[in-house]
This record gives sequence, C-alpha cells and structure tokens, in this order.
Amino acid sequence: MSLPVYASTGQRIWYYSFRVICALIFAFLIIPILVIIPLSFNAQDFFTFTPEMLRLDPAGFSTKHYQDFFTNQDWQRPLKNSFIIAPLATIISVSLGTLAAVGLSQSHVPFRGTIMAILISPMIVPLIISATGMFFFYSKIGFFMEDTLGMSKGLVGYIKVILAHAALGIPFVIITVTATLVGFDRSLTRAAANLGASPGRTFFKVQMPLILPGVISGGLFAFITSFDEVVVVLFVGSAAQKTLPWQMFTGLREQISPTILAVATVLVAISIVLLTTVELLRRRSERLRGMTPG
Amino acid sequence: MSDASGPVLAADGTPLKRSLARALRAQKIRAFLLIAPLLIFILVTFIFPIGEMLFRSVENKIVSETLPQTVIELQEWDFKSGEAPDEPVFKALAEDLQIAIEAKKHTKLGSRLNYEQTGIASLFRKSGRKISKWELSEITDFRAEFEDLDKKWLNADIWRTIQAYSNPVTAGYFLASVDRENTPDGIQRVPEDERIYIKLFVRTIIMSLVITGSCILLGYPIAWLLANLPMRTANVLMILVLLPFWTSLLVRTSAWKVLLQNQGVINETLVWLGIIADDGRLALINNATGTIIAMTHILLPFMILPLYSVMKTIPPSYLRAAKSLGATNWTAFWRVYFPQSVPGIGAGSILVFILAIGYYITPELVGGTKGVFISNRIAYHISSSLNWGLAAALGAILLVLVLALYWLYDRIVGIDNVKLG
Repeated sequence: MSLPVYASTGQRIWYYSFRVICALIFAFLIIPILVIIPLSFNAQDFFTFTPEMLRLDPAGFSTKHYQDFFTNQDWQRPLKNSFIIAPLATIISVSLGTLAAVGLSQSHVPFRGTIMAILISPMIVPLIISATGMFFFYSKIGFFMEDTLGMSKGLVGYIKVILAHAALGIPFVIITVTATLVGFDRSLTRAAANLGASPGRTFFKVQMPLILPGVISGGLFAFITSFDEVVVVLFVGSAAQKTLPWQMFTGLREQISPTILAVATVLVAISIVLLTTVELLRRRSERLRGMTPG
Repeated sequence: MSDASGPVLAADGTPLKRSLARALRAQKIRAFLLIAPLLIFILVTFIFPIGEMLFRSVENKIVSETLPQTVIELQEWDFKSGEAPDEPVFKALAEDLQIAIEAKKHTKLGSRLNYEQTGIASLFRKSGRKISKWELSEITDFRAEFEDLDKKWLNADIWRTIQAYSNPVTAGYFLASVDRENTPDGIQRVPEDERIYIKLFVRTIIMSLVITGSCILLGYPIAWLLANLPMRTANVLMILVLLPFWTSLLVRTSAWKVLLQNQGVINETLVWLGIIADDGRLALINNATGTIIAMTHILLPFMILPLYSVMKTIPPSYLRAAKSLGATNWTAFWRVYFPQSVPGIGAGSILVFILAIGYYITPELVGGTKGVFISNRIAYHISSSLNWGLAAALGAILLVLVLALYWLYDRIVGIDNVKLG
C-alpha cells in the first residue's frame, strides 16, 4: 500500500491525490457530527457560529443549552420516557430473539428460510408502512386493554410503544446471535448433556456464556433502534409517551431552540460508548471462537 | 451374523430407522418450540397488522353498509341514460339516510365519496340536516323532495359515483395512486394538474438512485483504502465510518439542518471565503439537494461496510500479478480488481436503495416540498387528510417494490450473510 521508491511522478501524484480524496470523504462522514459539539456551547440562540465563538472569546460560550436540557420538563419527560421504553423493548427483543436464534441454529428446522424472512421483515419493511400497520392494530388493542381489562391509559400507552419497538429490534438480535452461533461447537452442549446436565442447565451454563457477546451486541442494536426511533412512536404513542427523538423531531420541524444541539451532543456521547462496547464485544467473541480478531 | 438380514435394532429393541426418525422429530419439535413464541409475536403484532392495513386499500364497505337499500335499488339503473334514477331509489335513499343520520354515519360516507367526486361531502351534510326531519310516511314524491333540497340530487354523475362504489371491494384507491380515475368512459388519467403520485413515485426512485450512486462514488475509495491499509490503521479509520453509523438519525439530520441552512455553517464559510456573494447564498435546504446530501451521509456506512467485507477477500497479489504481466494501473484495476468487487457494490446498492426508498424522517425535515418522498405522502394521508385507503394503496405499491428488491438481495447476497458493525 505504501508508495514504492521507484514510483513515477504520475503514480506519486495519484497516490497523494487519492489520499486527499479519501480524507475529504472521511471529513464528509465525520464533520457533520463534530460540528454540533462546539455549536451546542453557543451563548446565543443561534444555530451557527457567532463572531465571539470564532475569536474563541469565552463570552461566546456557555452551557445554558445543557442547563435547559437538564432542567426543562419539555426535555426531561421525553428523556425519562426514552429510558423506560428502550430497555424494556430491548429485554423483550433479546429474550425472544435469542431463544428463536438458538432454535433456528438447530440442524433440522422445517421452513427455515421462510421463518427467517418473517423474523427479519421488521428491518426490511419501510418504517412508514410498519408504523401505519401498527397504528391501526395497536389502537384496537389499546381500546381492548382500556375498556375490557380496565387498565389505565398511561400504562396502555407504554405497553403499546414497548411492544411495537420490541418487534423492530428483533431482526438485529436474530442476525447477531445467529452469526455468533455459526462458529458454535455443538460437541460442547453434547458433552454437557452427556455429563448429566439438564437442557436448561446446558443452555445457561455452557451455551449462553459462549454466545453472550453476540447476545449483548444484538441487545445494544435493539436498544439503539428503540432509542432512536421516531416514526412508529409518533403513530402508536400518545403525547404521554413522547420520547427524546420525538421531541427532537418536533423541535427541528418548528425550530424551537438550540437545546436540540445540546441533546444531540449528549446522544453522540452515548453512541460513542455503545460503539466502543460493541467493538470490544465483537473482538472478544472472535477471540473466543478462535477466529482472527478483526 | 446369522440375523444380518433383519433390521438393525437400537439399544431398546426398536428398529434403528424408526428410533432415529423419532429423535429427529423430537429435535424438530424442540427447535420449533424455541422459535414459536417469537414467530407468533411477529406474526400477530407485525405481519397481520400490515396485511390488514394493506387490505384497506381495496376495502369499500362503507357505501353498501350505510345505504343498503339504495344500493340494491340502484342496481337496475343505467347511468348511460344520463337521467337520475327513478322514484324507488330516492325512497330507499331517504330511508337509508334517516338511519344513517341517526347513527351520524352520513358525513363519513360523504367524505368517503368526496375522494371520488368533490362536492358530495357538502351535499350529504347539507341535505342530511333536513332529511332527518322528514316524515317518510307523508311524502308521496321523494324525487321532487330531493330536487327541492338540492338540484344536484338529479345529477346523474352523483348517482354514478354512488353506484360505482357500492361494491364492497374497489380498485379506486389503486387507480388514484397511479393518477387514474374511473369515469363513465372507463379508466382515464386525472386532469394534468392533479397528477401527483406517479411523479412522486418517479421522484422517489430517481432520488434514491442518485443517493445510491453517490454512496457508491464516495464509498468505493473508502472501502478500498480500509481493505488495503495495515489492520491497525484500518481499525482506527473504521471508527470514522462506524461512529456515524451508530449516531442517532435525528442527530445527523439536525447536524445537516445546521450546516445547510441559509445562515448555516456552509453558507457562512463560503461567504467568508468570498466564493459566493452575501446575497447569492446557495439554497441547500428544503429542496432535493438537501435531501440528497443528508441521506447520502446517513446511508454511506451501509455502502462502505458490505463493500469492505467483499474487498477484504480479494487477494492483493492479483493486482500485483496483473501489473507484473504488463498491465497499467488502470487496466489492472478495471480488468482484475473491479470485477471482483462487483458483488460488494451490488449488495451495498440494494441495501442503500431499499433503505432510501422508504425514508420518511430526513426528507420531512430537510426536503421542503421539492425533496419529499412517497413515504411523506403516506404519512400525510394517515395523519392529516385521513384518506386511509389511499395511504394503504400507496403503501402497498411501495411495499411490493421493496419486497422485490429484498428478494433480489436475498438471491444475490443471502439474508444470512447480513453483517452488522
């Protein structure tokens, strides 16, 4: 990859211009995310750099948008809602998804292709169509739970959104867990069974620790899917279930306040944490399964 | 070895064949029991709701349910006569309407028929108020009474619409979503200024193609660089691809909103550098340009990752071999390397295209009116105009398109080979 000593002038020019092109594309990928971080410390209510900020004058910076985010109820409620809905949806996706992935990885599964296609479908169907379908379905379910079962309106609202998000997260769990199971050594479970462990014990003591990295990264994907989801929650939820992305969406549409940039910065920090975790898990999983670390 | 001709027996004395079959069956049942909870969950809360929603695109029970007698009486009537139907139809309509008004259903019917012929909604609403007060047994000439209410009741077109939509199943929504309508002279295109959906579908497809194209253009060099750099450097640079992939969609969309707006960072910088005049700021947002830039950025990782995993498998020695045999750099790349990377381009393109074609949030926020997709129209019909049948028909067309591409993706790449992160 490095430039050989005998390279001609033309090759040198191409070598360096290719590097420059790549650098520009990387800049295109990353700058939009980085640019919001300094902007979120803007002392003015503008979405752009003020002259004070460009001179690096301390008066041009402030943390007032962060204060607004952490004190304003318009943001705190959605933040709380997001942290209620996403973990619960993730738990449902992960538990059902892992079981199904283990089932799918058995050697003789009838209609494997069809089942796989159905389970992956929430990822393929455009969100707007899923949202519309769920809108009609969950409004009926909602009436049933409120009127017949006498549940409170708030609780029903959360159940609806959590179930809807769980369905959206499932494909990610299925994909990551099946990928981990590909390299799984079946003789380990047979050995455990041979030594007298019950199927449940075999699963939790032998299989689960080995596929755990895949399960966790699937869970993180499911979490971020729910945490980042707007369309379905807009259609299925009501104002009481407003999540952080929903509040950002309305905020962006109506241009309310630059607090959005502070929220965005916090979310970028969260995604850095998630990214690091997933990368570490992936490497660990590959090491465990004896593959070369990527 | 005297009994070698008999069946092989398992330890408990049953024939081995049967014993194995039983074990296999038990295994299948166990696998299925593990899959069942999730399968049922997805079928009930995802697949059936979508199926039911799509059924709304052809469902049309409202006319035959609200005006049951009228629909029966109207069967005889031939719209080609150009005359309004006879007395019995009007009598049936009055009876049906009184029941409907009681149940407050007539305005709903009016707005349903209004999708097909404007003006019917107000006709139903205005007449409804008076008809509810009629004493049916005292009326002798219903036709004249209706004429008294509104001359429009004698208009054959109104009756034709009611007759045309008295079937419990209709193709009307699908016709509307391809800018056609059912007129007395058969299926025809709607007037020029009302043709929006085909244009919108074409625009969605063209813009998705442009986005896919720019993703290939930007993603290919990056994937090549990552695949050919030493592992350590590549891993560091990979973070620059994965971070946008993991960052919230809303965050990236708001970043582009900040960057692209008229007073935004890009325009300010260009003005400051003196490249453009202060009054000549580029219109980068609320149009197709905004949507294309922002969506290329959002979908680029989906192109780079499959391309990278394909390029990783191409041995670098092939390029060296081609060059040592006398190929120029370009020939070596174009004749040796590129053909082997085509599967990656295919996988990435279909993935990006599938995702792009159904996008809603980004076009809604940065697309203005010129940069919106078909999804935005579906959302509009669901939440604002409440024309759910038309939304369902548009959704069905979009879904068929996406599923066809998904099938293609499955054939080329295999859904089992999808990798994340």
